[in-house]
Amino acid sequence: MNQPKINTSPEVSDEIRRTTCYMCACRCGINVHMKDGKVKYIEGNRDHPVNRGVLCAKGSAGIMQHYSPARLRAPLKRVGERGSGEFEEISWDEAYDIAAGWLGPIRETDQRKLAFFTGRDQSQSFTSWWAQQFGTPNYAAHGGFCSVNMAAGGIYTMGGAFWEFGQPDWERTKMFMIFGVAEDHDSNPIKLGLSRLKERGAKIVGVNPVRSGYNAVADEWVAITPGTDGLFILAMVHELLKAGKVDLSYLARYTNCSQLVNCDPNSDSHGLFLRDADGKELVVDRATGKLEPFDKAGVTPDMGRDYTAEDGTLYRPVFALIAEKYLSDDYKPENVAERCGIPAEQIKRLAAELARTAFEEEIVLDREWTDFRGVKHDKMIGRPVACHAMRGISAHSNGFQTCRAIHLLQILLGSVEVPGGFRFKPPYPKPTTAHPKPHCKVTPGKPLNGPHLGFVQGPEDLAIDGDGNPIRIDKAYTWENPMSSHGLMHMVISNAYAGDPYKIDTLFMYMANMSWNSSMNTRGVMEMLSDKDENGDYVIPHIIYSDAYSSEMVAYADLVLPDTTYLERHDCISLLDRPICEAEAAADSIRWPVVEPDRDVKGFQTMLVELGVKLGLPGFVDEAGNAVFKDYADYMVNHQRRPGVGPLAGWRNEDGSGQGRGDVNPKQIEKYIENGGFWISHIPDEAQFYKPWNKGYQDWAVERGIFDAPQPYVFTPYVETMQKFRLAAQGKGDIQPPDHLRDHIEQAMDPLPVWWQPFEEAGVSTQDYPLHALTQRPMAMYHSWGSQNAWLRQIHGRNPLYVPRKVWDDHGFREGDWAKLTSHHGEITVPVVLMEALNDKTVWTWNAIGKRKGAWALGENAPETTKGFLLNHLIHELLPPKGDGLRWSNSDPITGQAAWYDLRVRISRTEAPADASSKPDLGSQESPVGRGPQDIAYEV
Amino acid sequence: MTLLPAQTERKLGLAIDLDICVGCHACVINCKEWNTSNYGAALSDIDAYGEAPAGTFLNRIHTYEVKPPEGIAQTVHFPKSCLHCEDAPCVTVCPTGASYKRVEDGIVLVNETSCIGCGLCAWACPYGARELDAKEGVMKKCTLCVDRIYNENLPEIDREPACVRTCPANARHFGDFADPDSNVSKMSAERGGMALMSEQGTKPVNRYLPPRPKTAPASGDIDILAPFLEPIAEEPKGLLGWLDKALEQI
Amino acid sequence: MHPAPSVIAFTALSGLGFGYLFFLSLGTPELTGWPAFWAYLVAFGLSVGGLVSSTFHLGNPQRAWRAFSQWRSSWLSREGVVSVAALCVMGLYAAAAVFLGKVYPVLGFIGAFLCLGTVICTAMIYTQLKTVPRWNQPMTPILFLLFSLTGGAMLAGQIALALGLIAVLSAAQLFHWVVGDQRLAESGSSIETATGLGNIGDVRLLEPPHTGPNYLLHEMAFKVGRKHRSRLRAITMATAGALPFLILLLMPWSILAILLALVLHMVGLLASRWLFFAEAEHVQAFYYDKL
Ligand SMILES: Nc1nc2c(c(=O)[nH]1)N[C@H]1C(S)=C(S)[C@@H](COP(=O)(O)OP(=O)(O)OC[C@H]3O[C@@H](n4cnc5c(=O)[nH]c(N)nc54)[C@H](O)[C@@H]3O)O[C@H]1N2
Ligand SMILES: Nc1nc2c(c(=O)[nH]1)N[C@H]1C(S)=C(S)[C@@H](COP(=O)(O)OP(=O)(O)OC[C@H]3O[C@@H](n4cnc5c(=O)[nH]c(N)nc54)[C@H](O)[C@@H]3O)O[C@H]1N2
Ligand code: SF4
Ligand code: SF4
Ligand code: SF4
Ligand code: SF4
Ligand code: SF4
Ligand SMILES: [Mo]
Repeated sequence: MNQPKINTSPEVSDEIRRTTCYMCACRCGINVHMKDGKVKYIEGNRDHPVNRGVLCAKGSAGIMQHYSPARLRAPLKRVGERGSGEFEEISWDEAYDIAAGWLGPIRETDQRKLAFFTGRDQSQSFTSWWAQQFGTPNYAAHGGFCSVNMAAGGIYTMGGAFWEFGQPDWERTKMFMIFGVAEDHDSNPIKLGLSRLKERGAKIVGVNPVRSGYNAVADEWVAITPGTDGLFILAMVHELLKAGKVDLSYLARYTNCSQLVNCDPNSDSHGLFLRDADGKELVVDRATGKLEPFDKAGVTPDMGRDYTAEDGTLYRPVFALIAEKYLSDDYKPENVAERCGIPAEQIKRLAAELARTAFEEEIVLDREWTDFRGVKHDKMIGRPVACHAMRGISAHSNGFQTCRAIHLLQILLGSVEVPGGFRFKPPYPKPTTAHPKPHCKVTPGKPLNGPHLGFVQGPEDLAIDGDGNPIRIDKAYTWENPMSSHGLMHMVISNAYAGDPYKIDTLFMYMANMSWNSSMNTRGVMEMLSDKDENGDYVIPHIIYSDAYSSEMVAYADLVLPDTTYLERHDCISLLDRPICEAEAAADSIRWPVVEPDRDVKGFQTMLVELGVKLGLPGFVDEAGNAVFKDYADYMVNHQRRPGVGPLAGWRNEDGSGQGRGDVNPKQIEKYIENGGFWISHIPDEAQFYKPWNKGYQDWAVERGIFDAPQPYVFTPYVETMQKFRLAAQGKGDIQPPDHLRDHIEQAMDPLPVWWQPFEEAGVSTQDYPLHALTQRPMAMYHSWGSQNAWLRQIHGRNPLYVPRKVWDDHGFREGDWAKLTSHHGEITVPVVLMEALNDKTVWTWNAIGKRKGAWALGENAPETTKGFLLNHLIHELLPPKGDGLRWSNSDPITGQAAWYDLRVRISRTEAPADASSKPDLGSQESPVGRGPQDIAYEV
Repeated sequence: MTLLPAQTERKLGLAIDLDICVGCHACVINCKEWNTSNYGAALSDIDAYGEAPAGTFLNRIHTYEVKPPEGIAQTVHFPKSCLHCEDAPCVTVCPTGASYKRVEDGIVLVNETSCIGCGLCAWACPYGARELDAKEGVMKKCTLCVDRIYNENLPEIDREPACVRTCPANARHFGDFADPDSNVSKMSAERGGMALMSEQGTKPVNRYLPPRPKTAPASGDIDILAPFLEPIAEEPKGLLGWLDKALEQI
Repeated sequence: MHPAPSVIAFTALSGLGFGYLFFLSLGTPELTGWPAFWAYLVAFGLSVGGLVSSTFHLGNPQRAWRAFSQWRSSWLSREGVVSVAALCVMGLYAAAAVFLGKVYPVLGFIGAFLCLGTVICTAMIYTQLKTVPRWNQPMTPILFLLFSLTGGAMLAGQIALALGLIAVLSAAQLFHWVVGDQRLAESGSSIETATGLGNIGDVRLLEPPHTGPNYLLHEMAFKVGRKHRSRLRAITMATAGALPFLILLLMPWSILAILLALVLHMVGLLASRWLFFAEAEHVQAFYYDKL
């Protein structure tokens, strides 16, 4: 047959430029195909450790983001009222003058007057350094409202957590439990991993009120009721302990289960460990029955025997306390089943499957290794069970302890850092003691006394002054949330507005849409940002904001510093902050301008360098006052944090020989570009497991500059630090909490994982608010910033409220209906859709689809602004009044993590609004960039 | 020429695994991204930033809920693009010969230079796999990335459809269904690959691998598993006693 | 299916036109000179007008000529070829009648055959589509043919014949609906066969692939309300059948009566065609759970 001749080998592109995606925080490697100077096609980089060639929907839509009509074009100075979106474009010189005019005096007088918070920042080691050199104590990124419970819970319990801290052993795990995850940060790696599990016939269990996404493909779905995972997990722990299905030798050797706890309630060190003269925790050596330092060569710690000191004080091994606590009937599956919405037999079966998989399907690798006690092992024993969890666990007021419960489960099964289990990624494992403590000492005109964020070891490390007043504007590291390791960005605006603990002068934010989807109580925040005092001045005097696009937050800034798109700037994903390592390799990467900006914009980090120079910050200028770095790229190459250790680990030394350590190499960035934008260094086989205790790994880590000295440690299911806060709450020690917090702290700071009823649920009547309301991340949308994307917005242009069958029938909902959703704080009117595979006490919607009119260069009546809605209007940063005259914050009492998912609501059927638009409508803003074009047909 | 070839030398197509598709839409967008700048006219987006954005896509993901007679509902993500049917009605109805099925590999294509945009082929397709581009007025459909799979300007390993290369869950597989030993034929044989709407008589080449059976909350095998929870202790004392003995063993 | 005016006009008018031409070609009535001129003007006006309007819904009408190439497989192509042939033959036949005052029956017979052929081809474009079960039935071409002949007969002033045809047409229309209403079920297609998930359980759409509109929804997921549909069916029966029938039966035969009957009949024809599209379910809509 004669058929058209077509060219099956058309030219694809002139050139491929390999950099790092930033359509989300996953940081995949991308090949950007360039044709005639334009971006033609973006695909995944097959060599890249993160995504190994694949690319998600957002990443594939990068072209539409890069050429988005919502891109800011030049620095903006506000000319209308805050929130109006009326601006004039100004020069960079003028922009810097304005900024320096505000910041200069602050630095010389009182740096606390600057609150610098950097949202979803991937350069925290740099931005925090800038803040440190400026000297303000008020710095953090978005972790406090995002998932600090996940990070801190893991690091305090075992020196690492999920996401960037670790990963399941995808190649060996045989049973995988995923708790409270819709998408997570490691978007592509999780999908790659799940498909490997399926190929290998491993079992996937999804624990989630909603059966969508990962939970849809899971082999088993646990339809849990929100906020109750702690009970569910500890009930499985109960079953495992009862059956003795725990890894005794693992627990005795590699955890503090064998360390001895003071059990005399009257003692000032009640609940603290028995230590020797130089502070080493002591254990009983099974061989000799004598007390020995836990890490002494050759010691085999006993965790079965109590120890009574000469003074008669009883000391019991942690394991005994664990057994005591979790064998209690409170944790019987029958007793938690109803509350969790999970049948007791399902809890038991899952516990049994865990036991069978961990102990019957044991993996043995013939790899020799030596542990930190000098004991040689000829094998690596693996327990092929692994867990992963994210915000469904952490975004609750009991999240920290629930995260710990998951780790306790993994640890009892001996499945952490073993073949088939959960594995850390360098620079983790890393105990809290190897992290800095928080620093907050302000000296006018001088840098801060150290890094802002860190891990407290006790009340002495809190960021409070002599009278117990918070030193930080966000009240991080105070008695209200002592272990708030990521700060509390979500409290900054309300505290600054209230002048509590003090008033500030300038609010400087970056990459966080705080006047919209990023805040609880959105309307309230918008008011706080635009409210004026009696003299007609804004209550928050100055607001500087850096964004790349015309977001809702832009409208509330006095000065807008326009960033580039991710294809137009240098960036470094550094081992100094949030790296992209794998369990079997250390890795870092860069972004570089694969396209030059066609607008008057700059990379934010370069702005900070220039601003640092203008302000004469030490480190940014030399003695002579000359600039040390000309831009961020220059910093990436030439800055050294410790001698021989800089932002980039690869190709150090002139000749590029240095891996992790080495002198500066002027050609370093070229090397990265040649290699596809990343550097990777593999961990030797014998060092790939048991990392915290493995001499081989510890030495390798030192070589790579990850540590300066080996620092083996044991896992800490029992967190002594928490007990120290408890003792204080009991009146012991000289640093004391305010009386109204004593019970609160006593209850929360349990050194062993516990569960308590989510605070909002405890604070409202569950008759009035019978339902839980949640949001989920859509896989094809990134928070607010995907809606400007012509391709992605066609997939998620509006969001309905998904309602379970029972509620649907009880309220007589029909297709196309609308509902009023009411919380203790607010009310929204939204369209509803029926979902069968949904926990029957739960309603949910997609996150951040709703937009404010005028934002994102979207047209009139864009569905995001009419049909789309935010759940945020229902969530408040404070709990409903308890009648004790105090307002408690809606967060985890340990870390201050925002408790987004504690939200309780009631639903009712209602007429569709006359304008068929969801409510509330929070008005509109002018667009400083105009509106997007009518039709497009992108082609290069 | 809209007569269908008696048979084709190869039957290239996709095997789509419904058991692992997480519904991420990566294949949808990567498809759009590749095809808007390659074979044929650009894929337009009408009212791109406005009230009713409507673009041309060659691949779409539906999400279904399936409720068994008893037991709980499950969610299934369902990708859909042209199935490159052997008896492609879209081809035979075409008045201009623009639609045709390639003899060498069975790919069904539209020759846009002779397409009048009458839409009849889209009407003839049971699967909704053809979309008329509003700007160009020509019919658009999955090309099976005919401009990738043989493309000498791409490295060997990349000569596969964009959607297959990008799928993070590895739910899409490309191959020759005419060859019983091909990856896709084997997969389809093992997993009981399904032909959609076979009653329509189109003989689709693409196959859908059904979701594997799920475990129900109260599934029976607890008895088999019960031994693993055989209590050694009801209360702490007993456990610690057992522990002491147990520790001797290690 | 989306009831696009261009397609409704195309099928209705061309059908009418070729129906009229059919009668003229058989010399019923046999016209020459001016009367013939006016008659053919109307006949060609309708048929050509219909054909032209069919190009309005094309994305690239400038290439319409290509549509003649695939007569071997495509009913749409055949319709093009046959209609043009019909118009040419009837053109000659008409020219002879108007200018030479001569009538060539042989030419007429060929013309008649081609006119009916055109109408059948038009109908087959829809009838052939298994994807639209309501169309995919033998009654479809019969219905098109009857509409064409009935209208033609009225235009040609064949009252007695018209009366008979109207009766048959009305029956055929009813029958087409009765059969049509069963067709989707008979097709065996369902959301379960569309997704292959039927063996697990009942299938429903949870989330559409896109929250906005698209070509498929616009073209192939049109829905008419039940009330609206039965009202229109009644109107169709009344205007296309009953009323013209009564007028022609009871009113004294006159141009006026015929015109009145014809106008009413055309209203019915348009209503019938609107329903023909609007009621038709396309199986692809199962994927959107719109059936
Ligand atoms: N109801 C509800 N609310 C939530 C959540 C929830 O689950 N439910 N999740 C919370 C969580 S965990 C988070 S992390 C927040 C996320 O919310 P945000 O931190 O606000 O994240 P985004 O909205 O994605 O983007 C923030 C801003 O970054 C800007 N931006 C994008 N790219 C660039 C760039 O290259 N440079 C610069 N300078 N700016 C850029 C965007 O334009 C946007 O204005 O939302 C929180 N809000
Ligand atoms: N595509 C895409 N990817 C993203 C983002 C995005 O916006 N889009 N955002 C990024 C950001 S900032 C973050 S923080 C991560 C968050 O990653 P995820 O934690 O996956 O994001 P969420 O959507 O908050 O998912 C919370 C999940 O927990 C479930 N859940 C809620 N409450 C409970 C509970 O009590 N128990 C259990 N077991 N489950 C519960 C919800 O149903 C939901 O499935 O995702 C990151 N990745
Ligand atoms: S997950 Fe997607 S958006 Fe995020 S970095 Fe990777 S490709 Fe880019
Ligand atoms: S990319 Fe793969 S997993 Fe994602 S929707 Fe497409 S087929 Fe499914
Ligand atoms: S799927 Fe539709 S378009 Fe593709 S070949 Fe089959 S009938 Fe034609
Ligand atoms: S739209 Fe184009 S390809 Fe489809 S039938 Fe018409 S001419 Fe053929
Ligand atoms: S094969 Fe190519 S054209 Fe077809 S769906 Fe996949 S990417 Fe799109
Ligand atoms: Mo987050």
